Amino acid sequence: MNRDGTYTAQELMVAAAARQIRDGELVFVGMRLPLLAFALAKRTHAPAAIGLFECGLMRDEPAPELLYTMSDSPNVAGALWSTRMINVMALLQQGAVQLGILGGAELDRFGNLNTSYIGSREHPTVKLPGSGGAADIASLAGRLLIVMQHERRRFKGRVDYVTSPGYGEGGDWRQRVGLPGGGPAVIVTTLGTFSFDGNTKEAVLASYHPGVTTDEVRQQTGWAIRVSPDVHETPPPTEEELAIIRHNDPHGFWTGR
Amino acid sequence: MGKVVTMAQAIERFVPSGCSVLMGAALESLIPFAAGHEIIRQRRRDLTLIGPISDILFDQLIGAGCVSRVIAAWIGNVSVGLAHNYRRAVEAHSPDRLVVEDHSNFTIALGLLAGGLGAPFIPTRSLLGTDLLVGNLSLRRSADPDTGAPVVFVRAINPDIAILHVQRSDDEGNAHCWGNLGVSEEGGLASRGVVLVAEALVSRDLILSDPNRVLLPSSKVVAVVNEPWGAHPSPTQGRYGRDHEFYRAYHEASRTQEGFQRWLKAWVLDVQTRTAYLTRLGEERLKQLKPSRRLMAAPVDYGY
Repeated sequence: MNRDGTYTAQELMVAAAARQIRDGELVFVGMRLPLLAFALAKRTHAPAAIGLFECGLMRDEPAPELLYTMSDSPNVAGALWSTRMINVMALLQQGAVQLGILGGAELDRFGNLNTSYIGSREHPTVKLPGSGGAADIASLAGRLLIVMQHERRRFKGRVDYVTSPGYGEGGDWRQRVGLPGGGPAVIVTTLGTFSFDGNTKEAVLASYHPGVTTDEVRQQTGWAIRVSPDVHETPPPTEEELAIIRHNDPHGFWTGR
Repeated sequence: MGKVVTMAQAIERFVPSGCSVLMGAALESLIPFAAGHEIIRQRRRDLTLIGPISDILFDQLIGAGCVSRVIAAWIGNVSVGLAHNYRRAVEAHSPDRLVVEDHSNFTIALGLLAGGLGAPFIPTRSLLGTDLLVGNLSLRRSADPDTGAPVVFVRAINPDIAILHVQRSDDEGNAHCWGNLGVSEEGGLASRGVVLVAEALVSRDLILSDPNRVLLPSSKVVAVVNEPWGAHPSPTQGRYGRDHEFYRAYHEASRTQEGFQRWLKAWVLDVQTRTAYLTRLGEERLKQLKPSRRLMAAPVDYGY
């Protein structure tokens, strides 16, 4: 629960993430908070956005029931397209998908994500589930929105393993290795939001959530963060946004109410 | 009765120890759990499991000691979290050492597509610069022969057998499948044989009335098993929804090796047939998972 008791950190994250979705975009949605963000954007400023799911689905209207996985039956019924994974990935690789949304277990200063191995690949201390479609989305989407829990152990100077590529070692790394997609645009965390420096491609603190200080963000981040000169407070979710989020996650399964 | 056999016969004949098996091709739906459990009961060993993601089925087979290698993009419990047996196998080599060939969903799909096309590999621009390419002979960094631009060559994947769950099939393996297909079509074509697990056995005429809904050529199908609820706890569109609670309970039960063994005894080893499994689940639970309403597609006209 937020400090004034009116909304949770997850609800604020959903609202902040939804604002990154532009009307009419093809969006590779994902599950959990990103899915709620997509549903919120559809009901507010981006009614013509279209959602893609790697299991082989394309949807205009968000599913009428809470989804636990993208292949749940309510996500299939009434879909714009129910097809093979390769057809959905085709749109991604041809450059037709403007935005991808991802979470991750570990992230570094250049927006690289690790969902594979904590520790070394040969002797990992934790075996995480792996890429799924995340590495493809990070490689190929026009721009990437990252949504994740902000903890020092997760926000590392360098991730142990690059599953989903951000800006690699920074600068023109993506061009050098040949990645077609644009890379991370925004990170929305439980404490604030980050954008990326146009030249160095390093994550820069753009806003802190209400009740959070930049010092707190620093303490929870494993590298010396740069702070944007126009850093500001993240706009909290409006009453309308909260009503829509709670309608879509009535028991707070994903938003922790 | 054509290719119709029991689940026990299908696994006995077509899934020998040491073979490579594609399962979970549709992603979180249509996962052939009944087949997986029969593989465990028949004590298969040294299997290579192939699949894009695996929503707890691979974890169960790994924990039961059936698996020596996985070719996958993601192994976990989609709505709950990490896969405990997978973790124990990779982190502590328990119960066995496990070789992991890391993929993304797209490269699994491309590998199977190449396998089905009879092509040696397919190039992609995905995964360039990632650690998935490090030491991975299935995903080789190369160059476009004309422009020199970097690409990744995804090596063809040809599973020995694919086990695919479908809504309905005739006794020769002409089958209708609907909902998200994931890599079911590519996987079926790429495999040397397909075991179809069908919710319902129907007539050839019914299947041929809608050829566009047929999943794959029946010439690929080596066995048809009629196993209603065979994909539980995963969903089968129009038949039953996903049993989210089952996944949560499995997550808790499998936290320890001992807990997993108890789970395995209760839900796999002590229930020799799917009927016994369904009795254990109980009428009330099955009723709750059934669709509350029908949503029929409009018929199509193949007239000429």
